[in-house]
Formats: sequence, structure tokens, C-alpha cells
Amino acid sequence: MPAKVITITSGKGGVGKTTATANLGAALALQGKKVVCVDGDIGLRNLDVVLGLENRIVYDLVDIVEGRCRLRQAMIRDKRLPELYLIPSAQTRDKSAVSPSDMVRLCEELRPELDFILIDSPAGIERGFRNAIAPADQILVVTNPEVSAVRDADRIIGIIEAEEKGPPRLIINRIKPNMVKRGDMLSADDVIELLAIELIGLIPEDEEVITSTNRGTPIAMDNKSRSGQAFRNIAQRLNGHQIPFLSLDQDTSLFGRLGRIIRQGGN
Amino acid sequence: MPIDISLKGIRQGILVTVGDAESWSEACQALLDHLDKQGNFLQGARIALNLGNYVLKAVDMGQLRDALSERELYLWAVVSNSPTTEKTAQTLGLETRLERPKKELYGASKDLALQGVEEAVMIYKTVRSGFKLQHPGHVVVVGDVNPGAEIIAGGNIIIWGKLQGLVHAGAQGDESAIVCALDLRPMQLRIAEQVAITPQRKWKPQPEMAKLVDGKVIAEAWNPKKKKAEG
Repeated sequence: MPAKVITITSGKGGVGKTTATANLGAALALQGKKVVCVDGDIGLRNLDVVLGLENRIVYDLVDIVEGRCRLRQAMIRDKRLPELYLIPSAQTRDKSAVSPSDMVRLCEELRPELDFILIDSPAGIERGFRNAIAPADQILVVTNPEVSAVRDADRIIGIIEAEEKGPPRLIINRIKPNMVKRGDMLSADDVIELLAIELIGLIPEDEEVITSTNRGTPIAMDNKSRSGQAFRNIAQRLNGHQIPFLSLDQDTSLFGRLGRIIRQGGN
Repeated sequence: MPIDISLKGIRQGILVTVGDAESWSEACQALLDHLDKQGNFLQGARIALNLGNYVLKAVDMGQLRDALSERELYLWAVVSNSPTTEKTAQTLGLETRLERPKKELYGASKDLALQGVEEAVMIYKTVRSGFKLQHPGHVVVVGDVNPGAEIIAGGNIIIWGKLQGLVHAGAQGDESAIVCALDLRPMQLRIAEQVAITPQRKWKPQPEMAKLVDGKVIAEAWNPKKKKAEG
């Protein structure tokens, strides 16, 4: 079956596009899928850092597009997982080095051999973003429960709708249940009500994400992590499975935590 | 002492304000002199007079109107602080307010409806941030208008959903334009030249209608029963 191209975008920077791409890639690979992550952020590459593959880059996306290497040569295999690849972006060029039709051609070439192609979009609504959504079959919009991030997500969704890319799906990242409970943070429902698109993932705020990013090990590979679980659930949903959303009520009492450990063990 | 006469272009024509003087005859002469000085420039204009505190009798006003029409100026309204002057103007069939009365508007909007469907646009989706719609007629949105979206209409704006973006009704100066929404909390609401923002408030979302009352934007809860009682 030819691969599905999924673009992860957000409008605003720093909401977790790259983290989401790396973790969804890892989670899908854990489920036995053949996955390639493509870093669409030419000039500001960092998907390789998050995946811990920075030191193995020889060729990049621009080299493929300009014919300096074969597609296979630029695909870096993640040795920790059976079938996870990365196509890094160039650090010394900018977005204009690649056109939307280049991206479409690249993905057509990749499709037959893979199950999923994940494209990490740069922030903004300019050329890089257009490149990233051009080949997409499905678009995931990442946002934080913050007014500014939601505003940008709304704009992005408008553009995606205008491009007739089909309805995008929503990932809400970095939710702090305690703040929501106090009424100091937008709740997931507030965000969904405004954006009016289907939710595919709710990811709780987790300090572990930062350490795992710095280490270059996606948190989705950590079985005990709640945010890792959230990413694995999204991967399941991308595969068409119906998975209930994580309850974000963080019960910090001893019994609450015990209960959670037992429940997780049972899964 | 020179008498202060000022001319100001308004939507319905030209508003002429006559400053204070010893007597009306003096002021009247100054006004006519001032208009004569403008030459042909004002020919054919619709004139609204702001007469401040002058008390005018029918004879005076009739003379003034004749004097103006000799200069091919059409006097259609007189604004005054004096009830006597106002009454005189009304007897002569002149308007005493610059806004058109509601009755006339009703007729006008009916005519619009008969003129054709292109007077209004219908939008059946969520209007998102970054989307800007400009339309000379009315705009109807079946869906939400999110913050960051802009709708600018020559006529009315009706939102069958939550309004959180920026709307400008009567953008070409129609002060009778209205904005309705099932949940009215726009970032900014403009009607004709007036700008309003949503006050910080906390109550249940309810259908509301915003319109201009005495030059101010007023939002009122939509209450069909009350409307019926009035009608």
C-alpha cells in the first residue's frame, strides 16, 4: 500500500511541531510501520537533533532536489527502531531552494516503499509552509492552549481549507490540567470550539519532553511517560484505530498514582 | 465683530454652522455673503443649517430659504437649539435631524430586497483569522466569525453563530446599519464612522443586535416578544 503523506504544521513557532513529528515517527515505527520523517524547515533544521541523528547527516533534502544524491542516500536510518528514516533539511540554504512541486515529486518517489511520510513544516505561512503542505494527504495542526497559538492555528486552517487539502486534524500540546482547572488556561474544549476541527491528540505538559529532546530520544519510546503515551495514541488513531483520549486529571495523591500505574500495567 | 460661518461636508450634503451675532438679520447677511464668496463651488448642494441659539420665525426662515434657492442651494434641514426655530422648520417641511427617520429606512430596505439577490452574500462556514470579506451589500454568515477575521459590509451584518472578529457595518456611511449575532462579542464593532469594542463582561451568550442610537453603538438583547408589543 502506498504511503500516506502527513504534514505537521502550526502557524506559530515553538508549539511543538518538530517534537510531534519526531514522536509520531517513532511511535508509528514502534508499531511496525515503515516511516520517513522529512524536515521541511530548510535553513533552520532541527528534526535531526530531536531524533538524535545530527552526526550522521551526509546529504540533505536540497541535495536530493538538486540531484547531487539519490533519494536512498539522504535517508538516515534510526538504528534504535526497525524502520524509521529521516530526510534532513539543509542548514546552509533557505526555503526558496525547494518548490512545492519538488516536494510532490519527492513524496511520489517515496510512496511505494513506505507506510507513512511525515513532513515537519516550518512556522509561518510562506514558501516553506506551502512546500510542506503541497504533497500532504492529511494535515495535522499543532497548537498550544494559548490565545496567540490558537489564533495562528485558525489562520493556518483557513489556508488549508482554501487549498482544499481536506479537513485538518488538531493536536493540542502542552496542556496543564491544573491550570485549566483553575481557569487560568484555555481548556481543550475552548480550543476545539473555536477551531471547529476534529481532535486527534491531547498532549499534557511534560518536563521529560525537554530532556528527551536534548538527549535525542523521542519520548514516545519511553513506555512510562504519559506524554509518550499520548503520542502513541495519536499514532494508533492515524492507523485508523479508535483510542479514547487520555484523561488529563492528574491525581497526584499516592492512591491516584498507584491506580494509574496499575491501569497502565494492565494495558 | 466677524461672524463665524463654517462649512462642513456631510454625507447628506453640506452642513453650514452659523456662529453667534448681535441679531439674526446680521447673521443672515453674513451667511449669504459667505456663500456668495464660494462662487459656483456649492451650486446645487443640499444644505443643512445649524442655527445654534437663533430664534427664527416662519417669515425669516422662508426668506432665507428663498435667498438660498436663488443661489441654487437647496435647504433641506435646520438644526437648532431653539424649540421655536425647530417648530418653524417643521412647519416649512424641513428636516430637523440629520439622521433619516426610521420609517424611510424601512421602505428603503424593502426596495433593496426587491432589487435582487446580489445585494447580500451568504457564507456557510467558519470565517477564520486572516480572512477579509468586503461587500457593498449585506453579509450573512451561517457559522462563527473567529478573532482575526474581518467583515466589512456596506449594509447589515448578520452572524448566525459566534462573532469574535472585526465587523464594520454601513462601511460607506450608512448609520442605520445593524450587526446581529447569536453571541455578540466582536474584537471591534464599527457602524458607519463609530467604533466600539466589546466590554469585559460575563454572562450567558444570547442573540444581540447592535445599532447606532444617538451616534453611539448600542447592543441590545434580541427579544422578539418586546418587538411585537411595540409594533
